[in-house]
Amino acid sequence: MTATRPTAPARPTGPAAQRVTQARVVRSEWTKLRTLPSTAWSLLAAVALIVGFGALYCLVRVTRPPSDPAAAAAFDPTAVSLSGVQVAQLAVGILGVLLVAGEYATGTIRVSLTAVPRRLPVLWGKAVVFGLTALVLCLPAVLAAFLVGQSILSAEQLDSRLSDPGVARAVLGSALLLSAGGLLGLALGALLRSTAWAVAGLFGVLFGPQLLTGLLPATWSDRIYPYLPGPAGVAVTAVRPDPATLAPWNGFAVFCLYIAVGLAVAAWQLRRRDV
Amino acid sequence: MIEARGLTKRYGDKLAVDGLTFTVQPGMVTGFLGPNGAGKSTTMRMILGLDAPTSGSVTVNGRPYREHAAPLHEAGALLDARSVHPGRSAYHHLLALAQTCGVRRSRVDEVVEAVGLGGAARRRAGAFSLGMGQRLGIAAALLGDPRTVILDEPVNGLDTEGIRWIRSLLRELAAEGRTVFVSSHLMSEMALTAQHLIIIGKGRLIADTGMDEFIAGAAPSLVRVRSTDLAALETLLRSRDVAVSGADDGALAVSGLSTDQVGRLAGAAGITLLELTAQQASLEEAFIELTRDAVEFRAPTTRGASS
Repeated sequence: MTATRPTAPARPTGPAAQRVTQARVVRSEWTKLRTLPSTAWSLLAAVALIVGFGALYCLVRVTRPPSDPAAAAAFDPTAVSLSGVQVAQLAVGILGVLLVAGEYATGTIRVSLTAVPRRLPVLWGKAVVFGLTALVLCLPAVLAAFLVGQSILSAEQLDSRLSDPGVARAVLGSALLLSAGGLLGLALGALLRSTAWAVAGLFGVLFGPQLLTGLLPATWSDRIYPYLPGPAGVAVTAVRPDPATLAPWNGFAVFCLYIAVGLAVAAWQLRRRDV
Repeated sequence: MIEARGLTKRYGDKLAVDGLTFTVQPGMVTGFLGPNGAGKSTTMRMILGLDAPTSGSVTVNGRPYREHAAPLHEAGALLDARSVHPGRSAYHHLLALAQTCGVRRSRVDEVVEAVGLGGAARRRAGAFSLGMGQRLGIAAALLGDPRTVILDEPVNGLDTEGIRWIRSLLRELAAEGRTVFVSSHLMSEMALTAQHLIIIGKGRLIADTGMDEFIAGAAPSLVRVRSTDLAALETLLRSRDVAVSGADDGALAVSGLSTDQVGRLAGAAGITLLELTAQQASLEEAFIELTRDAVEFRAPTTRGASS
């Protein structure tokens, strides 16, 4: 390591050329995302979980097909082949947490916010880049899980087709849910700044409220349950809508509303808190 | 140019920075000195808009840093060499930073070369030594060709060659007309680099002075003298109202007179001298003396003299 000329070369670009824009920050965040090996591995692990877990569960179910007509009527081949989505949702959510909380843990956030002192473009940039990346990776993964799973189930004529009512929506909805879950993690990471707290928060938001409503009188809990983040999000992945939950897209809209609120609070915090 | 006006930061009941008012001028290296915990890093974070002041204000090139459209062109900063994701390569760290404001890719290669990182830039930053981390941090600071350069303890972890490189880099940046603001807790380091000093202690301004004035004012000279007849010499000097104190090895420390004057006085009185040495109190001692009493300095002073 030898030092060369101890000077910065002459001004290459003027100040006007060096404006910070949202598009440039998005590009920067894309570079950050793709140049961290751990991120790539986590995303690949999520894809493997979606396909692998689904295929595995289909193999289990095909050896033990539903024995009576009632069980056969309740059997949902799409849901079986997409069973990996619930596990992958946590993986993608945790990755979302790490993308922001990791910057706080390493101190990189101070460098990022010195480069973009208005701060909010960094949060929006991360959300756009991660949301789209997760969607672009998860959509083919969910589709592959569905196709692989159905081909396994077809051995016992248990399979469904993409053209069956509600199936295409459930497949697309699963990919959207994964991406949205990633954004939920990202919002929690930005809000809580600590990986441990944000991961705990992610589990808490997705599973906690359901447990608490169990303590309420049934008439109350039945009314509240569909609007909780977990059940609302999952509604879009069901082929046959569950009467206990909201209609598929309504449920997903409610889930997105939670994320929007989370991101809005995170943005407000990011503007005013010291780093 | 950096202008702080009554800059104050309070954490709970602790006043980390207490009413700092100073101006950092372009075209010279300004040293920002203070013992550890004096509030240097907090001040730098406020300059860069990372921490909001409890009261007061600070501007970079005439505006709060946050309001600049092209921030990396206004100020380049090194706050902490470890503020890099250990899993990312140095090159990609710099590239992501450059892309926020449309700095060309070739400029990333330029700064990598300029700081002497060379081939190491493609390696994971987590594998870097502290010295290499400092070089990476300085590369990041220079990326936007900034008008103001802010470096927090840049010599930490650098080897002798690296320290020499930093000194010439800082002087060169200043000679190009940039504002260069460098913190350190080592007076000796600043004495070799800075033309101006801002000294703080316990969050308060102790001195805002030119380096030459500081050296002249803060380091009173002493003359060490030994003689075959110390008692006679001491009596002679005291009779002329000269401050004299005894050293434990049988020498006298005389202040306020030059070696020539002491020699002539002794010669005229027929006293034999065995040793006659001029001693400069070190700048480091003067600095420690100055900051030790930090809390007793109520108002900002313009002179760095301590008594």
